[in-house]
Amino acid sequence: MTKLKLKMISRRNTLYLMSAAPAALMFSKYAFAKPNLALQKIKELTKNNAVEEIDLFLDLPEIAENGNQVKVSFDIDSPMTQDNFVKTVYILADGNPAPNVAKFSFSTDMGACSATTRMRLSKTQNIYLLAEYNNGKFAMTKSKVKVTIGGCGG
Amino acid sequence: MSKIKPRGKVPKKASLDEIVEIKTLIRHPMHSGRMKDKDGKKIPKRIINKFLVKFNGKQIFGMELEPSISTNPYIAFPFKAKKTGTFDFEWIDDNGEKYTMSRKMKVS
Repeated sequence: MTKLKLKMISRRNTLYLMSAAPAALMFSKYAFAKPNLALQKIKELTKNNAVEEIDLFLDLPEIAENGNQVKVSFDIDSPMTQDNFVKTVYILADGNPAPNVAKFSFSTDMGACSATTRMRLSKTQNIYLLAEYNNGKFAMTKSKVKVTIGGCGG
Repeated sequence: MSKIKPRGKVPKKASLDEIVEIKTLIRHPMHSGRMKDKDGKKIPKRIINKFLVKFNGKQIFGMELEPSISTNPYIAFPFKAKKTGTFDFEWIDDNGEKYTMSRKMKVS
């Protein structure tokens, strides 16, 4: 009897299931869609200018056990000369109560564009790094961090 | 409450054009305004909101901190050694207080 049941599923029913699954996934995505505050903030900061999605080096742990102290560092390849340097770097988090995490302002005297700090993360979320160059161009990258224990004290 | 105390690590000596790493840490609670104390009362927001670094009087690095930054904010950044001079670090608190520290670096 059980064998017969298995056989029945493996034929036409499988096809039905396969065709129904993507539709269900899409639907759930729309049903749970929330406005992404971090992306809204990025739009505000860039004033709708084009943002290049290039691979800036953003170093974050894949899994953060303690959301209170998550080390974040970045390194942006730039000559840091008077005519080509990174002016500002923003770190944004889309799952925290407020999307802004930090804003760094750099100068040409530094010779390199990198920094390290520690931040709080309330839950599993994406971290965005947005860099503004002196010529008005923007570049960004993102990385997902899984958080075991949130650290925002909500 | 523990006393707010800045700390920093700057290499005493560096060779010309070397990129050195400067590390700073300040002991500060960074109350985000969302935490509650033992009696369930909200602790008011009190964070360091700005960090500025000057080298020989010229600003080289700045950072604006938000409540998402951890307790005892740690900040590290690079600097290209060109000449001997003094770093002046300044942290600005929400209540207007300023904490300062200076460190010397010799370039040979």
